Amino acid sequence: MSDLETFREETRAWLEENCPASMRTPMPDEEQPWGGRNPSYPNPDTKIWMERMAARGWTAPTWPTEYGGGGLNKDENKVLQQELKRIEARPCLNSFGIWMLGPALLEFATEEQKLKYLPPITRGEIRWCQGYSEPGSGSDLAGLQTKAEDMGDHYLVNGQKVWTSYADKADWIFCLVRTDTSVKHEGISFLLIDMETEGVDPRPIKLISGSSPFCETFLTDVKVPKENLVGELNKGWTIAKRLLEHERAMISGMNMGAGEASLGGMEELAKEVFGELDGMIAHPTLRDTVTKHKMDEEAFNLTLRRTGELAKAGHGIGAEASIFKYYGSEMNKRRFEILLELLGTDALTTEGEGHDQDVMDISPQWLRSKGNSIEGGTTEVQLNIIAKRVLDLPEGGQA
Amino acid sequence: MTSENLVQPKTDFILSEEQTMLRDTAKQFFSEQVPVSNLRKLRDEENPDGIDRDVWKQAAELGLAGILIPEAYGGTDFGVTGMGLVMEEAGRTLAATPLFSSSILSTLILLEAASEEQKQEILPAIAAGEMIIAVALEESGHHNPAAITMSGAKKDGGLVLNGRKTFVLDGHIADKLIIVARSSGEKGDTNGLSLCLVDADATGLKVSRSKMVDSRNSSEVTCENLAVSADMIIGTIDDGAAPLENALDQARILLSAEILGGVNEVFERTLQYLKDRKQFGVPIGSFQALRHRASAIFSEIEICKAVVTFALSQSDKKSNQIARLASLTKARLGEASTLVSNEGLQMHGGIGMTDDVDIGLFMKRARVQLQLLGDPGFHRARYARLNGY
Repeated sequence: MSDLETFREETRAWLEENCPASMRTPMPDEEQPWGGRNPSYPNPDTKIWMERMAARGWTAPTWPTEYGGGGLNKDENKVLQQELKRIEARPCLNSFGIWMLGPALLEFATEEQKLKYLPPITRGEIRWCQGYSEPGSGSDLAGLQTKAEDMGDHYLVNGQKVWTSYADKADWIFCLVRTDTSVKHEGISFLLIDMETEGVDPRPIKLISGSSPFCETFLTDVKVPKENLVGELNKGWTIAKRLLEHERAMISGMNMGAGEASLGGMEELAKEVFGELDGMIAHPTLRDTVTKHKMDEEAFNLTLRRTGELAKAGHGIGAEASIFKYYGSEMNKRRFEILLELLGTDALTTEGEGHDQDVMDISPQWLRSKGNSIEGGTTEVQLNIIAKRVLDLPEGGQA
Repeated sequence: MTSENLVQPKTDFILSEEQTMLRDTAKQFFSEQVPVSNLRKLRDEENPDGIDRDVWKQAAELGLAGILIPEAYGGTDFGVTGMGLVMEEAGRTLAATPLFSSSILSTLILLEAASEEQKQEILPAIAAGEMIIAVALEESGHHNPAAITMSGAKKDGGLVLNGRKTFVLDGHIADKLIIVARSSGEKGDTNGLSLCLVDADATGLKVSRSKMVDSRNSSEVTCENLAVSADMIIGTIDDGAAPLENALDQARILLSAEILGGVNEVFERTLQYLKDRKQFGVPIGSFQALRHRASAIFSEIEICKAVVTFALSQSDKKSNQIARLASLTKARLGEASTLVSNEGLQMHGGIGMTDDVDIGLFMKRARVQLQLLGDPGFHRARYARLNGY
């Protein structure tokens, strides 16, 4: 038996024994495992599952063991993911620390910083949020103005961050700050700040879709120890770009396929609403609209599969991945527009006697989907990236 | 422990070394021997054949005419993916050859339904490029096999054909025709079709050449009391619809590969133009209005590549999803080629309107390809029906 087969057998046996039964059921939103200093565990199994996985290093399976990871190679990790999927296990830990900050620390931080920050992330003890965007710098992220002044033994940080997801629940924030005002990209540094420090004030933002995880985070005379700087002074943009790649990969995979899931597929919904004619959706123009969308989805999924195969075979992907963020988010917006069209005023009703909750849940998701082509780099920014890095088109035209 | 849970190499999208070599051979052949100027020459000289016989002979010598044909029948047996790679390269240069009519459409029908004797007689001749066979399928301006009314009256174990066909690719240079006739049922019935092999000089057959906007071969076919003997029926009488549909699906996918070649070519030429052409003192490709559109087209083409490649590989794997995938592919490529040819022309500006520049030729070809074997509307409706909605 190969090492990998042995690993699979052991993993399977361990998961059988250690994954609680309730962690193999669909997860209600309130049971999301975010961990942190003030965790919420409506289901105590969530905590047990996370701690058991963390003890094995499997909250971050591919990270080195000395930082709390599992030390698995790519193939072993794949086996682990397959086995988790096989038993339909819930994620053991949601974490921006694992998804975004960790990979950057592994690449850019000092040994001391890695040992300090990574293990608590893997144990789900510290919850991180990201402080990138500012009111004055969205697409032009490098124009950020939040200032970190060198006060000798510490930095004094002043400014305002926006779109900091879960800042009101996070324990620490990783921030882009300006450490040199005379240059743009080369004057940005990457700083870690404890949210409990005096002067840090996160406030939730209400969106068109209702309450949201987003916050604006005010930083007023915040004293940050100098050892919290990651990488070299004024070299933060390199780290930021790397992190954005992780973020884009995350967003293009998010939200897709949700929405009508609880209502059956879009095509079933259309049959329900408009009836059937010889097995076809009886409304001919909406039938065509639904079909176009279903074809888009199938074609897009094939594109993701192709890229995956090419990547595995050693053909690089790089900036081509921008098409996923662009196409995926635009497609998701179209999907919700079609659902609204299918459901008519029922989907626009937010409260009412005899109205189905699943249908009323569509409109906030429709509204939220509008942000898909804005967050993590707008559609226009993605198209710019393709033009520049893939198509190699010249820059500078104003007309 | 079974091996099925282990990581298996997947090859839905990645070419084998052999396939890569075939593509390179085809690329070299079409770009060197059949560039776009070849089509221009045929058009401007009003060549009576509408194809370059020398070129077709060379293609056959390279084995391109017999790619779908098993070695036992004299073919090179590179499979559907292999043929797709060749078609993609042919699409890049608008190569006017009987590859699609004879080596794809007719060959697929014969492979699906012909008797051993028929295969042995005909397939080697197709593979050698010595025989051209055309398929007489359409009867109106829109692809619709179920609407066929060409009458096939049963007589002496064979059929007597009466009726008219249109848009018969390479009909006027074909040595034989495969005529699809209705031998039972009524217009609109999916079943009740028969596939008839007819010699070009058969009594009662009239073939007249038409001219198409893309300067490629098409013809009108009329049958007047045309007698088809029992041994000239492909498959069995009344049962032609199923093998025809299987052949059409593979042909739709292969046609999509040709469309993809044209789309790639137009986009690459347009991209180069955006970098070279200067207005207001700068390359027009620096203007965001054009950059964004170019990037959106690139995204669309990436999706097209995935769809075509997958459909080709699934054809070779004899997947039971071919009908669905054929419609997905043909609809997508039809829409994409309309987008890319229109945008390509617009981005070329005034010069794109001139006959001297090739962009217009690609656009004309794109519209004929779009109609051939079903336009996007036909295939969206079919995709929906096959998916049960």
